[in-house]
Amino acid sequence: MEQLMADLKKQIIEALNLKHLTPEDIGDDQPLFVEGLGLDSIDALELIVLLQQHYNVKLVNPKDGPQIFKSVKSIAHYIKLHQTA
Amino acid sequence: MAVITSYCRIQQYTLSGQGTTISGNLPTDLEGFLNAAMKVLSISYPKFYKMDYLSKLGVLGTEILLTGLDIVGRYGAEGVALVLSNAYASLDTDRRYFETTKTIASPALFVYTLPNIVTGEICIKYGIKGENAFFVMPRFDPRMIAGYVEAVLGQGKTSACIAGWVDVMGEHHDVFLYLAEKQTNDPAALAHTPEHLEKLYRAEYGTVDGRS
Repeated sequence: MEQLMADLKKQIIEALNLKHLTPEDIGDDQPLFVEGLGLDSIDALELIVLLQQHYNVKLVNPKDGPQIFKSVKSIAHYIKLHQTA
Repeated sequence: MAVITSYCRIQQYTLSGQGTTISGNLPTDLEGFLNAAMKVLSISYPKFYKMDYLSKLGVLGTEILLTGLDIVGRYGAEGVALVLSNAYASLDTDRRYFETTKTIASPALFVYTLPNIVTGEICIKYGIKGENAFFVMPRFDPRMIAGYVEAVLGQGKTSACIAGWVDVMGEHHDVFLYLAEKQTNDPAALAHTPEHLEKLYRAEYGTVDGRS
């Protein structure tokens, strides 16, 4: 889980062009949208692409997006759940 | 007739404002240059990293152009217009986006596949809400741009206009932006004529063809 979250932080920085940040700047539980990293709806789409490209995990129900993409930890949980399912 | 109160040039990996080089010796690859230029100009704007090259060039040029000028404060958000032009439209980003469609299309690139997105990015960054237009033409056309800007400035609430040329394709990049104002107290300000625009555009680089 720790390694997965570390990988995710690097991939999020790369995919979302957050070049002003380092992985250490992103907390495991830090909100990614609005008050946290300030990501927007286009970033959410890029996160969906990231999950598909790197982990072959698809977002089954778009309504679950806000919960899944709440933080790096919640994304990691979703990946774990769907890779082992 | 309006007057030209500020202008800038970005070409050959060099930034200049009012004819004076701001910084040389920046990286000579476009991505490295654009990100280094942001730091040289002390732009603190995380969204800059997400922009395509055309928008980055537009924001850098506007930053140089408006240094020390509070035009939105002076004229109001709706009193400032934006009239830009280029030759390659958004083709540079279109090509990058097309590459991603071979696997999974990038939403972040897709949103930049229109040339006038740069005008939106400039408006968001600098709080401008006036008229705006983006023209695609073979080369910088001082007569057309001057005429259009004069027409915009002739309308009710527009008091100033950021105008000019923002072009990028691969490593080729060419920016000439200027600020035209209806009125100024600056006795050194140039009249807003096609001849002056052409001179300012040509002054440092010797041709009016942006792709030379």
